[in-house]
Amino acid sequence: MIPTSEPTARLRPGEGAIARLACLVLQPVLTRVVRRVAARHPSLFARLGPHQATDFLIDPVELPFALHLRPDPQALVFRAVPRDTAPQVGATIRGRFLLLLELIDAEQDGDAAFFSRDLEISGDTEAVVRLRNALDDIDGSLAEEASAMFGTPGRTVLARLRRAYPDATKPREYA
Amino acid sequence: MSLAELICPAGTPAALRTAVDAGADAVYCGFQDATNARNFPGLNFTPDELAEAVTYAHARGTKVLLALNTYPPAGKVDLWRHAADTGARLGVDAFIVADMGVADYIARMYPGVRLHLSVQAAASSPEAIRYYCENFSVKRVVLPRILTIPEIRQIRREIPCEIETFIFGNHGLMVEGRCSLTNYLTGQSTNMDGVCSPASDVEYVRDADGSMSSQLAGFTIDRFGPEEKAGYPTICKGRYAAPHRPEGYYAFEEPISLNLSRLLPELIEAGVHAFKIEGRQRSKSYVRGVVRAFRAAVDDIKAGREANIADLIALTEGQKQTQGAFETKKWR
Repeated sequence: MIPTSEPTARLRPGEGAIARLACLVLQPVLTRVVRRVAARHPSLFARLGPHQATDFLIDPVELPFALHLRPDPQALVFRAVPRDTAPQVGATIRGRFLLLLELIDAEQDGDAAFFSRDLEISGDTEAVVRLRNALDDIDGSLAEEASAMFGTPGRTVLARLRRAYPDATKPREYA
Repeated sequence: MSLAELICPAGTPAALRTAVDAGADAVYCGFQDATNARNFPGLNFTPDELAEAVTYAHARGTKVLLALNTYPPAGKVDLWRHAADTGARLGVDAFIVADMGVADYIARMYPGVRLHLSVQAAASSPEAIRYYCENFSVKRVVLPRILTIPEIRQIRREIPCEIETFIFGNHGLMVEGRCSLTNYLTGQSTNMDGVCSPASDVEYVRDADGSMSSQLAGFTIDRFGPEEKAGYPTICKGRYAAPHRPEGYYAFEEPISLNLSRLLPELIEAGVHAFKIEGRQRSKSYVRGVVRAFRAAVDDIKAGREANIADLIALTEGQKQTQGAFETKKWR
């Protein structure tokens, strides 16, 4: 089971301020990344259909903030938000950070992560299914694409993030 | 020895390329409408995408099978006919059909394209299968998952077409092509709308203790404890309380996946021509892992080596697997 992510359950003294600071620092990066992904992969919006206008909360349970996504090609929103000020959303996707990253990159199977209870979804299930299918139809790694935008520092951060997580969340080799 | 072709799922163009690159002999897919039994939101192919997919697959020696395996409601058959016309124009290698009317249309209009009889047709006797062969020139039957290997061997002796069996993935055992459980709760039909437990009617609710309830159209159909593995929100795999089982029990079937990796040699010996992997709704990660594993296993068996079957339990529903009726009629 993944840890609880109730907003108030994980806030320790000072965490609120850290979350706000992290969100401020991250925001220019997230804005640049989402615009780049949207420009390079316009076909994903067709698979989202009516859920281009849905608000998603992507909640990496061990990080001090969550990510608010509205995949509207006319008004993209992708921002880090402290959990205690997270907006009301249509659907929430919750799990460990690297699992979420690997799901975005189709290195892990979403159904398998759901079966194992490592992934939790709530709200509009159709919106989540559409987002999953849209992302899964992208060739290559979005994480590597995003990290490459920031050159060597970006790639280094991604490599360190991947190394920082235990083997249990690494993609499995089946063959 | 049979050909032992590997028939692999593709829910998106990227998944199709993944399956081809992982060693599929053929890939099956469908359009973004009710003509196929995985009519899920955001899944499947536009005609333009299918055209590119056929080009990609054929360039690598892989066949493309188009699933038109649902049943047209009265007055709506044009959708299926148009899909067949499009598939034929784009050069698919076979149509997978369930409905006799659709089979008849394709047999008359496109006699040069192979017809495969879908598992949704639930043809399980030699007489039924021969009927499809004689009247619609069906070249292959996908057998329902209710037959033992000796029964498959006997059927093979009595039919003039190839046999395809599922070897991995979802294990749904209602009378295939006839299940109306989803229809009963949601108004949408698995067989006519192509959607079992439509996502728009599914909701997952987390309780304070970490348990999770699966709800379909407002009805709770299972509740998983904090440490318990979960399954799909389908009624046939729901857990229900009854007067004699107040604690709740799986009335029909548990969340579990079919895995016949250890039975491959027997299936080949029984005359099965093609092995089908279920899962068009699954990710590229699933497709890559399962196709690679079975590609290696089938190649080992064909070469006379003992197959080294990779562990696929992490990809199974409820993280449980069964050989189902293929091993014994009383598998539960």
